[in-house]
Amino acid sequence: MVHRIDKDSTRFKHIVRSQIRKDLKKYISQGELIGRKGKNLVSIPLPQIDIPHFRYGTKEKGGVGQGEGEPGTVIGNDAAGTGPGAGDQPGEHILEVDITLDELAELLGEELQLPNIQPRGAARIVTEKDKYSQIRKSGPESLRHFKRTYKEALKRQIASGTYDPANPVIIPVREDKRYRSWRTTYRPESNAVIIYMMDVSGSMGAEQKEIVRIEAFWIDTWLQHNYRNLERRYIVHDAAAREVTEDIFYHLRESGGTRISSAYTLCNQLIDERYNPASWNIYPFHFSDGDNWGSDDTQECVALLKNSLLKKVNMFCYGQVKSAYGSGKFIKDLGEALPGEENLLTSEINDKEEIVDSIRTFLGKGK
Amino acid sequence: MNLTPELNYIREEIEGYARQYGLDFFEVIFEVLEFDEMNEIAAYGGYPTRYPHWRWGMEYDHLSKGYAYGLQKIYEMVINNDPCYAYLLRGNALVDQKIVMAHVFGHADFFKNNYWFSRTNRKMMDEIANHATRMNRYIARLGQDRVETFIDQALSIENLIDYHAPFIKRMETPQRSDLEEQKEEIIRARRLKSKPYMESFINPAEVLHAEEERIREKTRMKKRAFPEEPEKDVLYFLQEHAPLERWERDILSIVREEAYYYAPQAQTKIMNEGWAAYWHSRIMTEKALTDSEIIDYADHHSGTLGVSAGAINPYKIGIELFRDIEDRWNKGKFGKEYEECDDMDAKERWDKNLGLGREKIFEVRRIHNDVTFIDTFLTPEFVERQKLFVYGYDKSTGNYVILDRDFNSVKQKLLFTLTNCGQPHIEIIDANYKNRGEMYLMHRHEGVDLKHDYAVDTLKNLAAIWHRPVHIETVVEGKGTLISCDGKKVEEETIKVQGAESGGAAEKQMP
Repeated sequence: MVHRIDKDSTRFKHIVRSQIRKDLKKYISQGELIGRKGKNLVSIPLPQIDIPHFRYGTKEKGGVGQGEGEPGTVIGNDAAGTGPGAGDQPGEHILEVDITLDELAELLGEELQLPNIQPRGAARIVTEKDKYSQIRKSGPESLRHFKRTYKEALKRQIASGTYDPANPVIIPVREDKRYRSWRTTYRPESNAVIIYMMDVSGSMGAEQKEIVRIEAFWIDTWLQHNYRNLERRYIVHDAAAREVTEDIFYHLRESGGTRISSAYTLCNQLIDERYNPASWNIYPFHFSDGDNWGSDDTQECVALLKNSLLKKVNMFCYGQVKSAYGSGKFIKDLGEALPGEENLLTSEINDKEEIVDSIRTFLGKGK
Repeated sequence: MNLTPELNYIREEIEGYARQYGLDFFEVIFEVLEFDEMNEIAAYGGYPTRYPHWRWGMEYDHLSKGYAYGLQKIYEMVINNDPCYAYLLRGNALVDQKIVMAHVFGHADFFKNNYWFSRTNRKMMDEIANHATRMNRYIARLGQDRVETFIDQALSIENLIDYHAPFIKRMETPQRSDLEEQKEEIIRARRLKSKPYMESFINPAEVLHAEEERIREKTRMKKRAFPEEPEKDVLYFLQEHAPLERWERDILSIVREEAYYYAPQAQTKIMNEGWAAYWHSRIMTEKALTDSEIIDYADHHSGTLGVSAGAINPYKIGIELFRDIEDRWNKGKFGKEYEECDDMDAKERWDKNLGLGREKIFEVRRIHNDVTFIDTFLTPEFVERQKLFVYGYDKSTGNYVILDRDFNSVKQKLLFTLTNCGQPHIEIIDANYKNRGEMYLMHRHEGVDLKHDYAVDTLKNLAAIWHRPVHIETVVEGKGTLISCDGKKVEEETIKVQGAESGGAAEKQMP
């Protein structure tokens, strides 16, 4: 249901995010509501815009209260800035309830002006779903609808005058019987998988991983916002590639050489095994510092991309993180070897500031 | 949605009880709302249609978050209109709906009969919808940003109204005779009584002459003063005299009209809630409750009247004070004889069986507002029984602490927070200050400073509406201060005013 207030609500949110009416910015304060979620106290952010008035300051004003206590008894403190009455059982740990991931994704989308993703082949891929929502006159006994059958029998008996209120025995005959029946609905489905690949060779330091982690979070948030079913797979590689859990993916620190092709091979293998390109939207993201072991391997990567990977995926994103040790050559090699490939997106991320640009490059196409 | 047959049956029953008790109200139309509809209407200040503005959205955001986390729930809402509209929350237990209905009839009676509501528009439902239509037209023509910016400026001064204006004709409508050529009034200085031969010594001609000249000058000054008398209804003054476009003038009038409409509710918060709580309690406990509902009723009722240390609960103070008045007038605990009785024990047991209580509380609800209510009926016994105290802010610890429980200080503080609805008293002294069309406002300082940053920003908004520099005379930390704003810069100057510790030499500050 659409509410009239939605317009005002949206406008308020836009003002709070300083997209419009920037003159009000200085009046925005972040209030909070203390709520309870299970055993924990949670803080619910409550943004507020206060129109200035001629009024008294609360501190000087004081007031009248009611309850026990001698003069000098503390009834509230100023920590929350809200005066007495605020706050609920100090000393307990308060968790922040942030905005929902969906809101965050919307923010991201608005901020970077990302287009909504057009799922590939959404119309083609349909799933069938059965729902028992109908009644039929024939069917298996196990699906007999007792109440409807009884009603029919009652109706028939009353109509034919055989119903005796003094002895209300209802006996259904074959024509009275009613059975539950189903209806099949078809709905287009959009599934998506993100395959993260990361170079964990010795040259990738903590800072580089931090960048990867932040970027992956935002990519996740955005794709999650666009697809109902989103799976994630994680591959790490040095000279050899292997699939790992999310936790390991972000925290693993390995050393060794780099053979990017090993990751691409594994990625390709995963897709073939599990993610049929006809029914899945596939997003491989590869992050490395651009250092590869020998040009032979780079050739192999290019071949893999060109012959199989690029044909199967919505887009293949390569993000190159700057590191002190990497040569940073891979991105150039890719660009030269595969010019004009529409669904190959590359971006260089030199520091945290550039994450935003990189996300825009990757997600800006709406694929 | 209208009432279900079951709720309608209850409503008729409760309404019957209310009338039996002598409550007198406009027809009450109940509607049942879902929680989100309830939040929406509550955010709109009780009305289904309002002009577009972000602050309703903010209110809605707060209400729905509070509801979503189970922290608050609006049980009832009732608006002052003829007929009265009242909203029930769908899904509340039946006993809750009963309490709410009984409570609503209390409010409805108060709206109709309390003197301070007598000048409110009883067709506000239509008026508010008209406001929305007009506002929408301006937005369509000028764009939301522009209109909204002006609304925000107007809202910034919405408390600068004269709460008593609806009852007093302050603005003199020009009479025909005023417009005719005014005859110079014959001005005579007051003579002291004297014998003829002493006349030239007691009332020397030159002194008389000087005095006459002084009076003439004074009247001339007064005639030239603009406004002639200090004007408290700043919104009205701007609406009439500020150089505004027609739509801006109209928005000011809308904001002003709504401010005046809501003013009596702020003026009678304690009484209104107390009255409604008093009646829901009587109707429920004496008539409407069934045995199985007692526990739920008690739970709900105590929740409504619960107190937290930091603030007074208007429901609680209101209902207790009404009950106290009823009890005192029933027992005759008033008047000279009672006041002058020194024997505390006798006073305690005082009972003349007058039975005037009921009559008295109906009279009180008719003529009083919160200020006069507290001023007239708060007694030392009541303050002690209700454990009222005065609290203040302790700068050294950053805490709010209890200061004292003395009757006089409690009463004084309470009255201070209620007078002028807790708003500072500000009026226009001169709208042609320095003969340059600048506006000079005076804050009647009563011991508490204005919130400084807010005052400065409000001044900017005022200057934007007045289109000329605006000044306000106030006291900041014991020093008389003139804050001036020419629309962009804000300057402060220490000046000598009454009530401030010291004037000191004029020093300029540039914040």
